[in-house]
Amino acid sequence: MVTADRIFLIPLLPFAAFVVNILFGARFLKHRAAWLSILTSIAACVIALPVCFEVFGGARFANDFAWLRINDGVLRFGYLVDPLSASLLFMVVIVGTLIQIYASGYMQGDPRYSRFFAYVSLFMSAMLTLVISNNFILFFMAWEIMGLCSYLLIGFYFQKESAAKACFKAFLTTRLGDVGFLIGVLMLFLALGTFDFSEINRALALGDHGALPLSFLATSAIFIFCGTIGKSAQFPLHVWLPDAMEGPTPVSALIHAATMVAAGVFLVARSFTIFMAVPETMPVVTTIGCITAFMAAFIALTQTDIKRILAYSTISQLGYMVTALGMQGLGAGTFHLITHAFFKALLFLGAGSVIHGTHVQDIRQMGGLFKKMPHTAVTFIIASLALAGVPPLSGFWSKDEILLTAFASGHTLVFWILLLTAFMTAFYMFRLVFITFFGKARDPHVHAHESPAVMTLPLWGLVLGAVLLGIPGSPLMHHWFQQFLAHAIHHPEYHPSAFVMTCSVIAAVGGITLAGIIYMKNTHWAESIAKRFRPLYRLSFNKFYLDEIYSKFIIRPFTALGEVLYRFDAKVIDGSVNGVGAGAMWLGAVKNWIDKYIVDGLVNFMGTLTCFLNSIVKRLQTGFVQNYLLIAFLGFLAFIIWELKLV
Amino acid sequence: MTSHLLSWITFTPLIGAFVLLCLPKRAHDWIRWIALATTAITAGLVCLAFPLFRASESGFQLVERAMWIPQFNIQYLLGMDGISFPMVFLTALISIMACLGSLAHIRVKGGREKEYYFLFLLLETGIMGTFLALDLFLFYIFWEVVLVPMYFLIGIWGGPRKEYAAIKFFLYTLAGSLFMLLGILAVYFGSEPRTFDMTLLASMKYGLVFQKIVFLAFFLGFAIKVPIFPFHTWLPDAHVEAPTPISVILAGVLLKMGTYGFLRFSYPLFPDAARWFQPAMGVLAVIGIIYGGFVALAQTDFKKMVAYSSVSHMGFVLLGLAAMNADGFRGALLQMFSHGTITGGLFLLVGVLYDRAHTRDLNDFGGLGEKMPVYAGILIFFSLASLGLPGLSGFVSEFLTLLGSFQYSKLMTGLAAIGILLAATYLLYMIQRILLGKLNPKWSSLPDINYLELSTLVPLMIFILGIGLYPKIILDYMIPTLDGLLKTMGGAV
Repeated sequence: MVTADRIFLIPLLPFAAFVVNILFGARFLKHRAAWLSILTSIAACVIALPVCFEVFGGARFANDFAWLRINDGVLRFGYLVDPLSASLLFMVVIVGTLIQIYASGYMQGDPRYSRFFAYVSLFMSAMLTLVISNNFILFFMAWEIMGLCSYLLIGFYFQKESAAKACFKAFLTTRLGDVGFLIGVLMLFLALGTFDFSEINRALALGDHGALPLSFLATSAIFIFCGTIGKSAQFPLHVWLPDAMEGPTPVSALIHAATMVAAGVFLVARSFTIFMAVPETMPVVTTIGCITAFMAAFIALTQTDIKRILAYSTISQLGYMVTALGMQGLGAGTFHLITHAFFKALLFLGAGSVIHGTHVQDIRQMGGLFKKMPHTAVTFIIASLALAGVPPLSGFWSKDEILLTAFASGHTLVFWILLLTAFMTAFYMFRLVFITFFGKARDPHVHAHESPAVMTLPLWGLVLGAVLLGIPGSPLMHHWFQQFLAHAIHHPEYHPSAFVMTCSVIAAVGGITLAGIIYMKNTHWAESIAKRFRPLYRLSFNKFYLDEIYSKFIIRPFTALGEVLYRFDAKVIDGSVNGVGAGAMWLGAVKNWIDKYIVDGLVNFMGTLTCFLNSIVKRLQTGFVQNYLLIAFLGFLAFIIWELKLV
Repeated sequence: MTSHLLSWITFTPLIGAFVLLCLPKRAHDWIRWIALATTAITAGLVCLAFPLFRASESGFQLVERAMWIPQFNIQYLLGMDGISFPMVFLTALISIMACLGSLAHIRVKGGREKEYYFLFLLLETGIMGTFLALDLFLFYIFWEVVLVPMYFLIGIWGGPRKEYAAIKFFLYTLAGSLFMLLGILAVYFGSEPRTFDMTLLASMKYGLVFQKIVFLAFFLGFAIKVPIFPFHTWLPDAHVEAPTPISVILAGVLLKMGTYGFLRFSYPLFPDAARWFQPAMGVLAVIGIIYGGFVALAQTDFKKMVAYSSVSHMGFVLLGLAAMNADGFRGALLQMFSHGTITGGLFLLVGVLYDRAHTRDLNDFGGLGEKMPVYAGILIFFSLASLGLPGLSGFVSEFLTLLGSFQYSKLMTGLAAIGILLAATYLLYMIQRILLGKLNPKWSSLPDINYLELSTLVPLMIFILGIGLYPKIILDYMIPTLDGLLKTMGGAV
């Protein structure tokens, strides 16, 4: 029997808000829907934060109940709050609450206001469930519900054709990864006989890989990683995330920057012991992460939509985290996940504030917004500095940890690629900052105004995180966070390296300076550079043509196959059914003919024959006695002749 | 009443049907309410079985036995176990929903309500009997009884090509059941002493060759009903032409008679043949899943799309059956139940839209989410359930099925997973074409879903959600029987 306790309430409270909002929101609650969502979120905070701090202090919480009987065992659902989930829990409740407060201002006046908050609450509930879930199945369920919320919220403005397409694409692309994830989990179950995280860790810690060979476990790990590729928008399934920017901006901040997309990284962290048990899978993870980090940053260089730049930046940073995990840097990857959530959410909310104030999204129509939107501008620049990796902001420490991991573990190539990516990151972020907030206003139709306090206050709240949260993982606190996270798992430790830090700072400052030179001083340079490196520019601007390639080589053949099979169904299979029917009808007709002309014909023929014979014989039957006597006499005569052998 | 509960469950609809016959043709309201009340009373009787049925036991309960034709040792034998109980419950539930759905629908269709509801209730008796009969002869009779009202319901109240569809349905199913009849006779003459009693027959041992031949004969009968590829082409026609409530019964309950037949007769009577045919069943299941999915993707007719999605989803049931292990069986039986509720709901939703727009062409819609927000929400709910979203019942059953089939064949499971992806594709593509995008001005005056229609859908949603969130409740009823079946088949539980 399950003992109810407060931790169950953490995901249940937002779920209650979802139920109430979806059923009664539109009719009764209206603008109060936001308050319901925010209040439940704050309540979740109030419950979750003390729990987190207890875990930071060394506690560990777990509880479960029987959900389903599988095979001869029982699948138990429940929660597990260990250092890893506590860290994420901490981040999700805070960022989630701040974004919802912001959204209550941003979405003001939307006709489907309560629907929006219903979806967001459902999302919060799913994300919190995912974070504290104790087994892969509950994890997967929450994972899919988040996908649903993402779908609903990307398509929130579904009247727009582009939004309708984007949500379709997002759901399907991530689901492709999810199917792989599910297969991976099934394989894992076959190997280890459990879905439970603690039991898996226990079994693997004892070196028990089940009855099946290690290669089986390795395959399962790769399949599980497919889930990450889909959800965390890793190459080659990253194409959905930029399109997902069709959703309202607070959604982009919450789901497509801070929490849901990070769940993929969390998945790798959660299954870290599995990957550690089969280290040959690690290079796959690193490679995918590294390609993603570099490619997305390269694309971000030339984009002009403020949200898309941030989206590619998110993809790139997620690639960073995945790379770190692939190099066994559990602490480094998770650390970056947490810090990134704060400053990337801040960037998105800032972008939302800009969009709210200007009603445009193309940075070429913006400019000189610093004076008109001071709160937005300052917080946005702080977040950009954090993302670029300028010390002592949080992004610097976490990025430095990843670079250090690459450098110290001997992944030299990865180190240089990541460093180049860091340089590009600093460049594209400050290209965005300089074009948007500085210079002159470019479009006379844009009349910018600062957003209301309900939107700017959460920005400042997030600034706190973006500035301070690097400290617990920095050398200043002796990497407390990494120690805390990984004390249970064998985990290589590296001493801080002055070389790495110097490189990192040079990359950040260099990128910012270059952006300043090009976009503040010599604005015509940008065009001539684009002209000089035309192929590279087009490759970046057209996102490596991946959408086109997918459409031509995957989507079209796929739908064509459907058409072909349908025609096959109608013509061949149904055709043969109808053919059998027609054949039976034809056979019936033939039989009918035979019946009519042969069988019945024979009968009729017999009749006719009888009639005919009759007509001959009846002539004898004249009724005259003389005739009969004559016949009798002739007969008698014939008989006598026959008998006496006279002839 | 409880002493002959199963008989009451089976024949209450028939009693209602005869009451209808005594009413004058013009007493429309009376006809409707008596029909509805009959389905409700039947459902109430099914609910009475809950306290009497001991879920933790395998084997038949509430058995009723009487000699019927002693010369041939034919018995009137009814019984219920963890396999038939969920199906009986599903039948009662879907019948109420379909009856509610008929209230508005048949009136629009231009009357003859008396005949309609008479046939409708006759159909329910047939289905209930099929699920409860334990004597093969009795089973066969109920099985055939289902055909007749269905034929008329499609042929009279159907769409433009109703005659073609009705005849196709009738002949196709009849052809299958004739093979089954031969199989039944073979079993009868192969038993010593001769009997149709399936509880006795299950304990007899037959030679492998005999088993294989008879298994095939039964297979044809059941496969056409499920329908299993390549015997499925009657289904889209029948669905498209049938009136909405009849489509709901067809997809919700009738298809399950096929897979039920496997669990009830083919497997326990011919376990060795079942093992021998296991790979073939698995392959057919996977073909059905993928093929149905692809063909559904190519549809432009909403109803036909749902019909083909049934082919794909029933493939999962077959896959679970083919796995022949505990998880596979549980997944299959749960999938039978959840597919009944989900696809039943989807057909109701097709009907809601068709009644308003008088077209089912997916390309003709667009942007209805704005005009019909409640309808949109419910359509999305059922689509998500159908594509196996966790938290809804479709996920649990597909998950268990895959878990089971994975232990049997990794390749087949991997291929079946493509079906999950396909389901997401065709369902979301449908949603995109109906609900999202710009509103087609042609539909700017469509009213949202009304309370009567809501009342047919909400109970289904409750079951879908309930099972999805806490599947243990319903599985506790199924597991002992299924484990028992597995044991008699010689498998490990």
